[in-house]
Amino acid sequence: MWIYEKKLQYPVKVSKCDPMMAKFLIEQYGGADGELAAALRYLNQRYTIPDKIIGLLTDIGTEEFAHLEMIATMVYKLTKDATAEEMKEAGLGAHYADHDKALFYHNAAGAPFTATYIQAKGDPITDLYEDIAAEEKARATYQWLINMSDDPDIIDSLSFLREREIVHSQRFREAVEILKEDQGRKKVF
Amino acid sequence: MPTNRKYYRPYIGPCDPCPPIRVKSYETPPQLYLGFQPYGLKQFDPSTALRKGTLWPALYAPYTNPYEPREEEE
Ligand SMILES: [Fe+2]
Repeated sequence: MWIYEKKLQYPVKVSKCDPMMAKFLIEQYGGADGELAAALRYLNQRYTIPDKIIGLLTDIGTEEFAHLEMIATMVYKLTKDATAEEMKEAGLGAHYADHDKALFYHNAAGAPFTATYIQAKGDPITDLYEDIAAEEKARATYQWLINMSDDPDIIDSLSFLREREIVHSQRFREAVEILKEDQGRKKVF
Repeated sequence: MPTNRKYYRPYIGPCDPCPPIRVKSYETPPQLYLGFQPYGLKQFDPSTALRKGTLWPALYAPYTNPYEPREEEE
């Protein structure tokens, strides 16, 4: 079970009215390497990973939901005061037609979220290598988003999220090292 | 300490349609090099760590837009 804290992991401030940025940020909401995909991937894989790694997948999977909430907050703030006309101008006309201002799990190009974005192979090394790749892909996505924004407050929050991907990748790499160690071998005395 | 960004000079064709970017870059953050994190590494104080997204200076790798200013042609 989980305990919910009614606050964001890191403050989200938006200082520039730029609804088009919301269209791009949605990539990290419902995209292939986004926070939803990350959370679901890790929290599902943990059942079939060796005991020593379960806690790591639980912790990181949980944190990804906190990141999802930050992205949602940015998207909401960027679109909540836009008129239908402004949504159209920002490239969000297709989104508006289907969802009004509601958030939805799709990527920046509008492709809906799908479970085929994630994998659980059951082979611990395979799953951890996928997780490392997922973290590096999310890190790269944050870089491209930072490059497209000129709002220092958005960039500040995105930089925090990018740094967390670095830490997650490091911890998954260490998990691989733990599994490579010989400790689990049957000892014959 | 390895650098967090590497540079290379791509081939520039004589008939390219757009002004060339002569130097391109890619990111090589610290998790690529650290291996299993050693004990006793230096730490940020807690409030700094919460702001930066990591407790560990060794894992802190801030990112800046490499297109800004448009990377200079030397
Ligand atoms: Fe992550």
